[in-house]
Order: sequence, then C-alpha cells, then structure tokens
Amino acid sequence: MSAAPLLTLRGIGKRFPGVIALDGVDFTVRAGEIHALLGENGAGKSTLIKVLTGVYEADAGEIKLAGQPLRANIPADAERAGISTVYQEVNLVPSLSVAENIALGRQPGRFGFLNWRAIRRHAREALARLGLDCDPDAELGSLSIALQQMVAIARALDLKARLLILDEPTASLDEKEVADLFAVMRRLREQGLGIVFVTHFLDQVYAVSDRITVLRNGTLVGEYLTAELPRLSLVGKMLGRDLAEPTPGLANAAENTAGASVLSARSLSRKGALHSLDLDVRRGEVLGLAGLLGSGRTETARLLFGIDERDSGELRVKGAPVALRSPRDAVRLGLAFCSEDRKSEGILPNLSVRENLIIALQAKQGGWRTLARSEQDRLCAHYIAALRIKTADAEVPIRTLSGGNQQKVLLARWLATQPALIILDEPTRGIDIGAKAEIEQLIGKLRTEGIAVIFISSEIEEIVRNSTRALVLRERRPCGEIAGDKLNVNHLMKAMAGGHTKHE
Amino acid sequence: MKPTLQRRLPQLTTGAIFAALFVTAGLMYEGFFSARVAVNLFTDNAALGLTAMGMTLVIFAGGIDLSVGAVAGFTSIFVATLIEQHHVHPALAALAALALGGVFGAGMGAIIHWFRQPAFLITLAGMFLLRGCAFWLNTESVGINHPLYERMADFAWEIGAVRIPLIALVLAGGLIIGGIIAHYTRFGRNLLALGGNEQSALLMGLPIGSAKVWVYTFNSLCATAAGLVGTLYTVSGNPSTGIGLELDAIAVVVIGGTVLTGGRGHMLGTVFGLLIFGTIQSILLFDGRLSPWWSRIVVGVLLLAFILLQRGLVRVAGKAK
Amino acid sequence: MTERVRQFLRSPVLWPLAGIALLLIANLILKPGFLNITVLDGHLYGLPIDVLNRGAKTLILALGMTLVIATGGVDLSVGSVVAITGAVAAALIGQGTDSLALIVAGALGAGALAGLANGLLVARLGVQPIVATLILMVAGRGVAQVLTDGQVLIIKHPGFDFLGNGFVLGLPFTIVCATLLYLAAHAALRRTAGGMFIEAVGDNPEASRFAGLATARIKILVYVVCGFCAAIAGIMEAANIGAADAQRAGENMELDAIFAVVVGGTALAGGRFLLLGSFVGALLLQMLITTMYNLGVPPAVAPVPKALLILTVCLLQSDRTRRWFGGLWRGKPAS
Repeated sequence: MSAAPLLTLRGIGKRFPGVIALDGVDFTVRAGEIHALLGENGAGKSTLIKVLTGVYEADAGEIKLAGQPLRANIPADAERAGISTVYQEVNLVPSLSVAENIALGRQPGRFGFLNWRAIRRHAREALARLGLDCDPDAELGSLSIALQQMVAIARALDLKARLLILDEPTASLDEKEVADLFAVMRRLREQGLGIVFVTHFLDQVYAVSDRITVLRNGTLVGEYLTAELPRLSLVGKMLGRDLAEPTPGLANAAENTAGASVLSARSLSRKGALHSLDLDVRRGEVLGLAGLLGSGRTETARLLFGIDERDSGELRVKGAPVALRSPRDAVRLGLAFCSEDRKSEGILPNLSVRENLIIALQAKQGGWRTLARSEQDRLCAHYIAALRIKTADAEVPIRTLSGGNQQKVLLARWLATQPALIILDEPTRGIDIGAKAEIEQLIGKLRTEGIAVIFISSEIEEIVRNSTRALVLRERRPCGEIAGDKLNVNHLMKAMAGGHTKHE
Repeated sequence: MKPTLQRRLPQLTTGAIFAALFVTAGLMYEGFFSARVAVNLFTDNAALGLTAMGMTLVIFAGGIDLSVGAVAGFTSIFVATLIEQHHVHPALAALAALALGGVFGAGMGAIIHWFRQPAFLITLAGMFLLRGCAFWLNTESVGINHPLYERMADFAWEIGAVRIPLIALVLAGGLIIGGIIAHYTRFGRNLLALGGNEQSALLMGLPIGSAKVWVYTFNSLCATAAGLVGTLYTVSGNPSTGIGLELDAIAVVVIGGTVLTGGRGHMLGTVFGLLIFGTIQSILLFDGRLSPWWSRIVVGVLLLAFILLQRGLVRVAGKAK
Repeated sequence: MTERVRQFLRSPVLWPLAGIALLLIANLILKPGFLNITVLDGHLYGLPIDVLNRGAKTLILALGMTLVIATGGVDLSVGSVVAITGAVAAALIGQGTDSLALIVAGALGAGALAGLANGLLVARLGVQPIVATLILMVAGRGVAQVLTDGQVLIIKHPGFDFLGNGFVLGLPFTIVCATLLYLAAHAALRRTAGGMFIEAVGDNPEASRFAGLATARIKILVYVVCGFCAAIAGIMEAANIGAADAQRAGENMELDAIFAVVVGGTALAGGRFLLLGSFVGALLLQMLITTMYNLGVPPAVAPVPKALLILTVCLLQSDRTRRWFGGLWRGKPAS
C-alpha cells in the first residue's frame, strides 16, 4: 500500500484578479494509494487539479512527481509526465468506437496506414487490465457513462499514467456502477498507481479511500488517514466549524405564523437527480434547503420551477394541482427562481441592467402589454436603491457589473414580478459581507410581506439565521426536516453528515 | 446486432436505397441495366464525386466549404486560358491550378481556425471571390485544342466489351484515395475526432489546428481536380462551371449518412450517395417526361429525410442512456 | 447634444456609413455627374435613385435576416424562397387570377410557409439553422422550377408590374416599400417588447427560458418573418423583370443579406441587433456594385470586392484582432 510519495505539492499558490484561489496548499499522494480530495464550493479543489494538470500555472510553490520537479504548461505536458485525468464529462469522442478512443493520436500502423486489427487488440488488452470486457467496436456514446469513464481510465493507463485523477466520477452512476468503479480503482491501487479521488459523496470516501485531504477557502485544512477521521469531524473540517461550539438558535424561531400553502410537492423525483421528495411551503415561511454539494438542492429547485422534467410526482400551487412543464408556466403561476449559475442561466450579458431587470416581469405580461419606459425606469430606480446596486446607470450592459451586483440585478428581476414564492439558490455566493447582510434583511422583509421563500445555501449559519424551517438533503434524498428550537448548526451538520454515529 | 454493423446503418440504408432505385429503373426502362449506364454514373458525375469526396472530410471535421464550385469554375477557365492564350503545357497548367487551389484552401482554413470565424461565412466569401475572379479571366467559355487533351479524352480502359473512360478512372481513384485517408490514416481519424467533440480532441492532445488547415487545403485540391476533370469532360474551360456544385456535394455527403455536425460517417456512404444522385439524373434522362428539376426536389426530400433520421437517432441515443 | 454625438460616433453604423461616403466621393471623381437627378413625368431618375431601387430587395431581405441572426441563427434559403414566390405569383397570374390582392397574398403565404417550415425544424426539432435552411436552399429552386415548368414565365399584369417598377411620390415604389417596412419593423420591435425578447433569446437562450420567455415560439416567428420578407423581395424581383426566372431569381441574395447584416453591426452569434445598421449595410453593398459598374467592371466580377469587404469585416470583428489592437478599438460594437 503506502510507499514513497509519488506526488508532492508544496506551498501551491494561485491567484486570479480579485480572488486568491489557492494559498500555501500542500498535497501528497503515495504510489498504491487512493487519496480523496474534499472541500466545499470555493475550496480550491478544481483549481488545484488544474494546476497539477497544466491547465493553470501556479504562482507559487513546487510540484514533484516521483522525485522529479514537474512543470506542466499545457495539459499534454502533464499527460506525458504520467498524470492522467478523467473528468465527469468524459473527455472522449462519443461518435467513435471504444478501441479508437483508446488509441486516438497514437494508433499503431505501418507506413502511416492504420492497422485496425492491432488497434482492436490493443484496446482489448487495455480494457482487460481493468478487468473490463466490453466490445472494442462499440460506439462510445452508446455505452453508459460508467463504462465511458472506464474507457477513459483505460486510455489514461495506456498512456502510462502513474497518477490517475478522477474528478467527480460517481456523480452520474448508480450503486452497482459505483461498486464496479471501486473494484477497478482497488485493482489499480494494487498495481501501484496513485489515485486522486475528488468527490463530495462521503459514503464513498469512507468506502474506498486510504487518505483524505481537506481544503477550505483555498487553504489546506489537513491530511488525514481515512480510518482515523470520524464523519462528523470531516464535515466540521470541510465547513470550518468546530462541533463543540453551541450556536444560537434562530431569532425568529418563536414566530411560526404558517399561512396558506403556496407550493407543495409529493413524491417529486427524476432519475439521476432526485429520489422522491415531499415538500410544503406556506406564506411567510422561509424553507431552507441544507445539504452538502451534490446533495440535490439545485436539482430540487429545477424540478419545482419546471426547468427539468420530473419523472414522477405531483405539484400544487396554492392548493390546486398544476401541470407546470416549463419556467414559463412557473412564472405565470407566481413562482420565481434565482439561479446559482448566474453566468449561463441568469444574466443576458450584452443587454442593459434595465432590460435584465424587467425581463421576467415583461415575459410574464407577454409581448404585447409593454411596460412603459417610465414604469421600467421607476422599477430600476427603486431596486437599484433598495438593493444598493452599484452601477453607473441602468443602461450599461450587465456584464460590466461586478458579480455581486449582477446577482442583485437578478434578484431584483424576480422581485419585480411580485411572486408568491421565490427560490433563492446560493444568493450570497460571491458577494461581499455588506451585500450579504442586505440580502438577508431582504429575505426577512419578504417573509413579513407574506412571500414564501425557498432558500438554498452551502453555509449552514446562513440557513440557520434565515430559515423558519430547514429540509436536509443528502445524496439526492431528503433525510429530515428540522424546525423550531432544533434549528441550529449542530443538528443540521449531523443530518448532513449522516452515516452511522460510529465512523467506518 | 454487431456494433460495427449498427454504426454503418446509415450507409447501408443509402446503399439499399441506391440498389432499390437502380433495380426499379432497370425494370422500368429499356436498356438501363447495362454496363454502359453504370460506367456513365461515374463519368458524368466525376466532378461532383471528387468534390463530394473532399467535402466528406471537411464535414467529418465539423466544418463546411461552400467555395468548391467556385474553385472548380476558376480552375476550369484558368487552365483553359493558360493553355489557349499563353500556350502553357496542360500538365504545367494543371500543376499551377493545383498550387493556387491549395493555397486558397489553406488560406480559408487558416482564417477559420486562427480568427475563429464561422466556416460557412468565410467559405461563402471565398466562393464569391473566386467566382468573380473566374469571370474576370473570361466571361465566356474557352475551347481547348491541345493534342494531350484529345488523347486523354479518347483514353479508356477496356475490359472485354466495357469501356471505362479516363475520367471515370480518375473518380474511382480519387474515391479510393479519399477512403484510405478517411479510414486508414491518423489525419482522417483526427478529423472525425475534431468533428465529434472539438474540446475533447484538444484535451486529448490532437493537432486540431493543423488538421483544420490541412482539410480545407485538401478539399480545395479536390475541387481543383474536379475543375480539371470538368475541362476533360467538355474539352473546354468555363467560368460558370460548378455553379451549385457545393450544394450538390453537401447533399451527396449527407445522403451518404454523414452527419453534418461532424464526427460520424463513412466514405462508402458518400460513394452510395453519389450513385443515388447519378441514378436519379439517369432516370430523368431515360424518362424524358419529368422535368429535370425534379431531381432538385428529390435530393431535397432525401436530405430532409436523412437529417431527420440523424436527429432521431441522436435523440434515441440520448434517451437510452 | 455631445452625449448623443458621442453615442453616434461609437455606434457600429458609423463604419458602413463612412464606407458609403467614401464610395460616393470615389464615384463623384470617376463620374462627375453621379449625383445628377432628373425629373421626368414627375418621377425621379438618376444613378443614386438606381442604387436605392436595386438595393431595395437586399434591404428587405436583410430586414428578415437581421432578426434571424439576432436569435443566433441564419437563413440560407432566402434566395430560393425569392425564386419560389416569384414562381407562385407568375403561376397564379398565368392561371388567370386577376386580383392583385390574391396574387400578393398567395406569394406572401408561400414565403411565410417556407419560413414556418424552417422555424419548426430549428425550434421544435432542434436542427442547426445552417442545416435546416440548407434543405430549402437545395430543394427550393426545384420547387420553383416545377411551378414554372422549367420556363421563364412572362408576367403581364399592370398592377403587379407597379410593385417592381412603379413610382410613389416620385420615388420608386420598391424603395418606398422597403423604407416603410423598416419603419414598421422598428415600431413593432422597439415600441413593444418584441425586439428585447429577440435580443434576449439570441444573447442567452437558457437564461431567457429561465426568465419565462417562450423561446421556441420567438424563434419560429423570426423565421416566418424572414420568409415573409423573402416573399416581398421575390414579388419585386418578378415584377421588376416582368418574369419569373426560377433559375436565376434570388441568386446569391442570401449572401448579400447576410453581408448587409454583418457589415451593419449585428453579430453573427446573436443578441443585439441594429435595423439601421442592416439598412446602411445593404446600401453600402449596392453602392459597391454600382461603383463597380461605373468602373467598367463586368457584373459577373462584382462579387470580388463584396467578398473582400466581408472578409475584412470578419477579420476586424474577430476577437483575435481586438486583442491585437487593444485600446484602439474600444469604441467598436459589443459583438
């Protein structure tokens, strides 16, 4: 198992304009070891991997692979040195065959002409090394994601990889496929490979990894032997809080004026996204959705808002059953959704702040009942002041605003539609402290005005501070509701960590 | 079903359609089922075939080239002008044309790759540019009177009673070369990878920049060859040669089962597509009743059918996962 | 005042306008009488009028094309639709239809239908716009040929003739019609939320969908409008030459339309569009052609400067060039 260090990173630093992504991070992987890399959003996991694989260049620190310094400027360098990465979105060509994908770029041949028999044979050998038995002629895209990942791993090995990085490999796999993947990983471990396993599924970390490294906010929290780190401690380290601290309960825990039901869901589910969820939100409530990264919170929101098609389940708005098949339907029913990915799902980058602000309201009214310019200006002035949006004026393209201000405009967009319920998915991400406080005040105000809120956040304290009730999700399943005076950080963390009370 | 067979399904479908068409025509028209008609399929469509062969590779890579007709036209009048007005030997004229064609293609490929401009727009501009240049050289066609041309026009390979003209042989040779490039060279496979998923191809370390430039270069060379073949066919050079050729070539490629977005297809499909095209033309000729413009509509319908088929297959594949 | 001037100077329309000005000067030098306009029977004649007249068809095509491109698509079939609608009109007249309203309605209907087909392929079946419109581009001429039975159908209908050769208030009907269409489009798109919806769909289709826009419907609509515009151009073309020539009608018009839109400052990737830009871009193209005629360049060679112009515009608008020139180009369009 453990041997001399295969890969050592010391003091890695990386900064981008305005943000320090990594600061003094150490990372060590040994040959014949499965090493899990964990951290919440913004922890720096993906940046670290990108530095390692040559996509980014580190500003500080050094990398050594098998004792030799490694300077990877482009991905090909890292690959040549023996570091291969398999991403969640399999970076192969789905329209070509398995054998071809394994051999692409280095196909065996004579005088420049490819030898297909050799290509197939080669592929069969590469797959056999993993204990796989799939048809090398099969089209890659016709295989399940799990098998595609295996082919990607086979290609990586073929390239004489010594270190294999698996970036969120299990996100789209079912239980059996995960087990198969783990079997392959263990087999490779026996063969002396070093494996970096980036994931957010804690059960899996405990099932297959030997060591764990935790990052938080771009810094190293620590490296631990999996066997010696209890679950709850792990979650605590990831979230940066100590369990022992008692946290004050919600200030408004006393009030629970449950109004009429605004939105309710029964047995909501979608393959690969969510298993059977029940949910009820009433007027004046703030329902917090808590859970670790990948637990299914955003997926829930997307199903509620009609972005994704649900496989089963019933939705009711204000008590009446609704079809709700598109965001358009949702908006017309009085729902609003402020997405966490504002870049691709939120802003209309080249349109003005004003246009971005009024677009949902205008869409709700239809194309013919145009909002008068004076009304648009009034709305803009109102929200720019109310949310303290920093912009030269309302006509500049929204992409010129800072991330935080863009988020505020998006918030204003939805508030302008005067919804009955608004889903806020990570509304305070990437926003400065002052603005965060403003948004929290806003949530309180919405509550008193009788608007229902579903609040998704990765920061437990935020959930505790702002919610009247919390629903905890873990690995795409609901696992409990916490309300009243039980709504505190400790309880939430325990629910999010799950597992047995004894560590595995 | 064996996976290889399943992946070749579109091409096999095209092949089956061709067989059905040919057999039906053979049953309907006197004299259709003859070696002469079969050979004519090659001879009459040589220019289209060569163009479609090059276009197949471009489309494999996810690109498109709308300038091929103009390249053929320019080559046609360029070569004729050199031979007739400047007394250049045909071989030299042909080489000069190929050189120009290659540079032109490389130029377009470079602009498309380096400046990240949409291929359809750049090649459309290229089409206008060369077509205009062709007419600049001469607005009328120019007959070619050169002993070498006469000899080549007469040349044929005789197998028993069957006479295969030089042009048909050139087409056959071109298709074989195209097939070898597409399926037996790394370059060809890189093109398919590029068209299948450019991002992945990049991450896999494939030389996509040079692949792009080379495929457009090669395609323009094929179009140049098509123009040269055209001069052999009509023993003259004409700046109007090849108007509409690009659309026909694209249609042939798509009907052959190659996906227009790239990454999927087989040169054999293009061969079948070409044969279908030629058969439709032959049928219209034999029939004499239907206006020749029905071929455009039939091609359009086949195009629609295959595009919907491709779309359907993609959807089914996505849901099956 | 200075703010509006500054805004104008930063507008992408400036460049094609400058191009037109340059060409005007060049033409004046070459042919001093270029700007001479004579009045005959209360109608204006002269080279500048010619430019406006001939450019009207490109103008109208560019209008529809602008909207399609604004949603991130393209319509390669407009040339074929011009041929089809001309053939429809000729066929209707040939069959004895006398009512101008019916003839025009028939042609417009055909164009709108073609647009609907394109729109459904793109928005409901998810086919790429280039691919979807390519089908009609290939098959369209065949359809037109079948309608005219392969002949060049002569059209004899005084009412119809007016649509291509008539005059209104001294100016050719074609240019008056084109201008009115632009004004109507401007009013319809900018006075209602329609223009903003189209821009939103092109700028970020996902975000538009999330915001509650009916993105599919909007996309289908722009293709229908484009087909409709192609139909109007088709009517003018047929009326102009007094015949429906299925082979030559609309030849290369799709390229001219796309060029006008791109030169006018609307980005091919979609988003913000500039109707005025397309208007000026179409005029610039026509000025270029007319300048070529005046230079004695044979009409078949005229596409060469067009192609060079569009290549230059593409290169200048590309990201790479922007990075090279850095600050120099900061006033350029947000494409």
